[in-house]
Amino acid sequence: MDTDTTHIDELISREYAHGFVTDIEADSVPPGLSEDVIRLISAKKNEPPFMLEWRLDAYRHWLTMREPDWSSIGHPPIDYQDIVYYSAPKAKKDGPKSLDEVDPELLRVYEKLGVPLKEREALAGVAVDAVFDSVSVGTTFKSRLAELGIIFCAFSEAVQEHPELVRQYLGSVVPRGDNFFAALNSAVFTDGSFCYIPKGVRCPMELSTYFRINAKDSGQFERTLIIADEGAYVSYLEGCTAPMRDENQLHAAVVELVALERAHIKYSTVQNWYPGDRDGKGGIYNFVTKRGDCRGAHSHIAWTQVETGSAITWKYPSCILRGDNSVGTFHSVALTNHRQQADTGTKMIHIGRNTRSTIVSKGISAGRGSNAYRGLVKVLKTAEGARNYTQCDSLLVGDRCAAHTFPYIEVRNPTAKVEHEASTSRIGEEQLFYCRQRGLSAEDAVSMIVNGFCKEVFKELPMEFAVEAQKLLGVSLEGSVG
Amino acid sequence: MPPILEIRGLEARVDDKPILRGIDLTVNPGEVHAIMGPNGSGKSTLAQVLAGRETYAVTAGEVHYLGADLLTRAPEERAREGLFLAFQYPVEIAGVSNVYLLKAALNAARRHRGEPELDAMDFLALVRGKLKAMEMPEDLIYRSVNEGFSGGEKKRNEILQMALLEPKLAILDEADSGLDIDALQVVARGINALRAPGRAMIVVTHYQRLLDYVVPDFVHVLSQGRIVRSGGKELALELESRGYGWIDDAAPAAVRAQ
Ligand SMILES: Nc1ncnc2c1ncn2[C@@H]1O[C@H](COP(=O)(O)OP(=O)(O)OP(=O)(O)O)[C@@H](O)[C@H]1O
Ligand SMILES: [Mg+2]
Repeated sequence: MDTDTTHIDELISREYAHGFVTDIEADSVPPGLSEDVIRLISAKKNEPPFMLEWRLDAYRHWLTMREPDWSSIGHPPIDYQDIVYYSAPKAKKDGPKSLDEVDPELLRVYEKLGVPLKEREALAGVAVDAVFDSVSVGTTFKSRLAELGIIFCAFSEAVQEHPELVRQYLGSVVPRGDNFFAALNSAVFTDGSFCYIPKGVRCPMELSTYFRINAKDSGQFERTLIIADEGAYVSYLEGCTAPMRDENQLHAAVVELVALERAHIKYSTVQNWYPGDRDGKGGIYNFVTKRGDCRGAHSHIAWTQVETGSAITWKYPSCILRGDNSVGTFHSVALTNHRQQADTGTKMIHIGRNTRSTIVSKGISAGRGSNAYRGLVKVLKTAEGARNYTQCDSLLVGDRCAAHTFPYIEVRNPTAKVEHEASTSRIGEEQLFYCRQRGLSAEDAVSMIVNGFCKEVFKELPMEFAVEAQKLLGVSLEGSVG
Repeated sequence: MPPILEIRGLEARVDDKPILRGIDLTVNPGEVHAIMGPNGSGKSTLAQVLAGRETYAVTAGEVHYLGADLLTRAPEERAREGLFLAFQYPVEIAGVSNVYLLKAALNAARRHRGEPELDAMDFLALVRGKLKAMEMPEDLIYRSVNEGFSGGEKKRNEILQMALLEPKLAILDEADSGLDIDALQVVARGINALRAPGRAMIVVTHYQRLLDYVVPDFVHVLSQGRIVRSGGKELALELESRGYGWIDDAAPAAVRAQ
């Protein structure tokens, strides 16, 4: 029934709301990658020598590596010499000292994106670090957090102000040569957020970074490092958008989380990079390495992600459950529409005794989108009594999309229990008609079904974000009724 | 009072295969019409076409609902205007709670009528009353729509939705099939509770046993996409004892020839 297919397709056609470009003078280096470019980036950021050495090491390692080809995604070759590795909005004098000095044009950008940076207007209870192309343009509520000993600042600032912490933890979760994209990031990363929660401190507000790619031909390579010291708690949110452009842009971030004894880190992402148009032209290549290390006993790292954007998403937020009784959780919603491709999932590496992990993955494929869950549960010999529960559900909208599930399980300890459940369902014309017969518009019916499907994941998100995520899915699935 | 529904020369096909081949039917306020007929004669198709299912292409005829053209309107508009279809095969919707759908449906109709939406408390009080009447346990409304419901529970759930939405025209497609004797009475009571001078019903059924409880004003026999016989409630009794064979004999020659 062809009419039904087109009908559902129309429903899920979307407009990308954040596709505007801001005309702002940028300080960029010419495209291309070499040791000189890396030296230039490091010099521009006035980095201590250990940082430059670290980058060069990563670069040399990267030169020996090849792009991974094991995932189910496909894309034309990326020319790494064609990318701009550093682009920053030109600072008036020496760069903003405080938010009051940030270029008003930039403040307007974030306002337009719904992320006001002026503290008076800022979202109550959320501290924001705003990253524009390669640099952080401002961090809110910094001084209030400092009173508790919490460090929340741009990564480049942390390199200056807290080099000992950076040195101790940078690369300790995702080593420089971990994988092709992580090595590239280690060589050229320009900014990102840094966060340290001292012993026994419960961070009183959500910490959040908002990433925005603006410049053309530039890649974004940010680096985030979060350390929760013994008994600390922090909830961290990440949001992202980019203008609509016909060219593909590369985003290769690295996120490292370190949870010491009894620490708890919640890391939530709502990723809405430009997905490209209906025919797959343009969009962001989102190749990200995210990993958390439950270093201490009884520590807990929780990843929650809602991935609706990007032409290609390649990411596997993982937990290394090193500490005894540590807990890792992964809740994910990934939506692909039109020609979007997502290959996402998680890795749970059980090392400590009685470590537990939970994986809930919800993949939604619409249009000609393709969605793959790829997950590894690895239980080492040492992990007496380890437990994993994995639930992997796919929802297909229409009949031209695809969903795949690749669970890898390696168990080396006989006391471990690993459970895996999977399901696939389809929003069909029959369900839509049933809802419409009850008076719901087709859009409302689709978003009701999709929200119902995602509810287990949404309830893991902080309140403000859950609402945002629901709206985002709504927009992503919005369109005219045929 | 003008008729609630007026169907004139309605023809519909699916994939070029004619299914409805000229239906005429007028339903006035307060009336209950039973539609009977052999499997595959087009009863469900007629119900679905009236509700706006796009799978079926209307190729001729017209339908007026409450004096206005029905066929040009979207299914959800028809629903909000008070046209309700109880499905022969209610669909399952995983992850969506029954109560959520009920509330969304009721509020869509209320918004359409310019009435304020019901808040959660008032809504729950209303639903609880209807649940009781349908002798349904409350936990059914917190489960996913029709998912894992027994055949009988699905049918009751359709009538529950109808009771809540209080439609002007209810089309019940085999609301009685698969029900045990007690459930049949509960469903029949639910249907009768909605009978009112301003409302009308079209009841599709194969069995007299439902019509013992829901006594129709008219009975029509559908065969090969046409109404081949209409009468009062005694027609159903006659069908019960004699089957459809004698009707087919009496059907117009053109129908018999195919
Ligand atoms: N979507 C469809 N595609 C193809 N044929 C269809 C479709 N819908 C209905 N038909 C055909 O139209 C005819 C009428 O079907 P319909 O469901 O209306 O019959 P019915 O009178 O309700 O039968 P029953 O008493 O078995 O419920 C049948 O031959 C059926 O196969
Ligand atoms: Mg039928």
